[in-house]
Amino acid sequence: MPTNSIKLLFLGLFLALSFNGFSIENKSIEGEEEELNITEMILHHVVDNHSFHILDWNGHPVSVPLPVILLTDNGLVTFMSSEFHHDEEAKVVVEKKGQRFTYYHGKVYYANETADASGKYVTLDEEEHPVNGRMLDFSITKNVFSMFLSMIALMLIFIGSARAYRRSEDNVPRGIARFTEPLIMFVKNDIAIPTIGEKKHGKFLPYLLTIFFFIWINNIFGLIPFFPFSANLSGNIAFTFSLATLTFIITQINGNKEYWKHIFWMPGVPVPIKIFLAPIELIGLFTKPVSLFIRLFANITAGHIVILALISLIFFFKNMYGDVAGYAVAPVSIAFVVFISLIEILVVAIQAYIFTILSALYFGMATADHDDH
Amino acid sequence: MLTPELGLIFWTTLAFGVLFFVLTKFAWKPILNSVNARESSIKDALDEAEKARLEMENLQADNERILKEARAERESMLKEAREIKDKMITDARDEAQKEASKMIVQAQAAIESEKKAAMAELKGHVAGLALDIAEKVVRDELTNKDKQMQLVESMLGDAKLN
Repeated sequence: MPTNSIKLLFLGLFLALSFNGFSIENKSIEGEEEELNITEMILHHVVDNHSFHILDWNGHPVSVPLPVILLTDNGLVTFMSSEFHHDEEAKVVVEKKGQRFTYYHGKVYYANETADASGKYVTLDEEEHPVNGRMLDFSITKNVFSMFLSMIALMLIFIGSARAYRRSEDNVPRGIARFTEPLIMFVKNDIAIPTIGEKKHGKFLPYLLTIFFFIWINNIFGLIPFFPFSANLSGNIAFTFSLATLTFIITQINGNKEYWKHIFWMPGVPVPIKIFLAPIELIGLFTKPVSLFIRLFANITAGHIVILALISLIFFFKNMYGDVAGYAVAPVSIAFVVFISLIEILVVAIQAYIFTILSALYFGMATADHDDH
Repeated sequence: MLTPELGLIFWTTLAFGVLFFVLTKFAWKPILNSVNARESSIKDALDEAEKARLEMENLQADNERILKEARAERESMLKEAREIKDKMITDARDEAQKEASKMIVQAQAAIESEKKAAMAELKGHVAGLALDIAEKVVRDELTNKDKQMQLVESMLGDAKLN
């Protein structure tokens, strides 16, 4: 059975990746510059979007429209992303509440009165970034959609597990709890207790469990390359930033006297060293969460980019050296994608583990008793 | 790509908060409680088993001790019995010895007295016989002188032989 499901997974992987491939091919037929196109395609897949692109069919993009929620100068404005008609080059204007909106590379801007020479309703600076004003954007984007999906999945899995315990009289897990219990026990026994200690780990365990499974499931959803998954949520800096900030806040709230003493007035060293260490420790206070969110963001995004780049190789060779080259490169490229995907399965679990164990470590440092000093 | 979007920060924090409270209330707490309850019940069962094992060991030791005591008692009882037996045999033998010697003494005394009586009777008989003989002799003698002489002679001879 397991081998079959693995085969099925890879079949799905190939199918979905080939859909991605088609979109590149179609764009290349339009006669744009190939290299730039690949970079754009990869970035487009890695960053957030206001609609969920599924595939291109006969040259037309097929996507699921998502709600756009904007907090503008004139109040709340909502409409479906389909009103932009798949446009991402600021060529379509949507008018709501007397305001004009346009969509450019994954972001909503206030549109100009008239289009420029290339039909764009935004003004670009030298680096091709729009200078138009923006509003607060609380849209249910592809990432937010994916996040809600993962929330539902997590609730189903773990509330289901809890029910499995309630149904058994002897507290022996049945069904899905047989699978989830070792994972929960892993977080408890191998992450929380060694870092925070037997006495105090209970207070932080629910947070650690939630963050571990939340990151892990979103990492996995990101690896599955077809709708409704494939969003690069845990590779988005806003997502990792939010979670790292939560860890940072919880650490500081729970920091005891000893913890602050170790930051501002390091015990056991001469006074000049104390003065010297204080700013370093203070910087360290903030570099910890920063390293936390950059690590997760970079690792997951890099994984996505590598896989997309390997797939793009086929089309790059096809366009540069003809169809034969493309077909020749395809098996090599696919083999590499399979290899990297296998590594990614490991990486996503390891990254969730690292984020959790580092959070736990910070909590442990904040609450440690320092009896040994 | 490197600028965090406020919208996503908002939704992430909100989603995580909701997820945290829902899962803590409906999943983590019940699951961890169940696992803890199970672990403590397993621990209790193990402790119970250990206690039972110790009790068993104690019981076995007791049994061994009782058996040993019983064996010692049997040994001592046997020894006592043997001693009593020996004593009884010795006593009986002494008693018999004493009785026998007493009987022998009595028998000897009886024999002595019987002998004396027999002697006295015999003496009486002999005296009577002697008187009879003397009567007959005297009567004969009175008839024949020679013969008187002869008789006296022979009687004297007899008397010497006696």
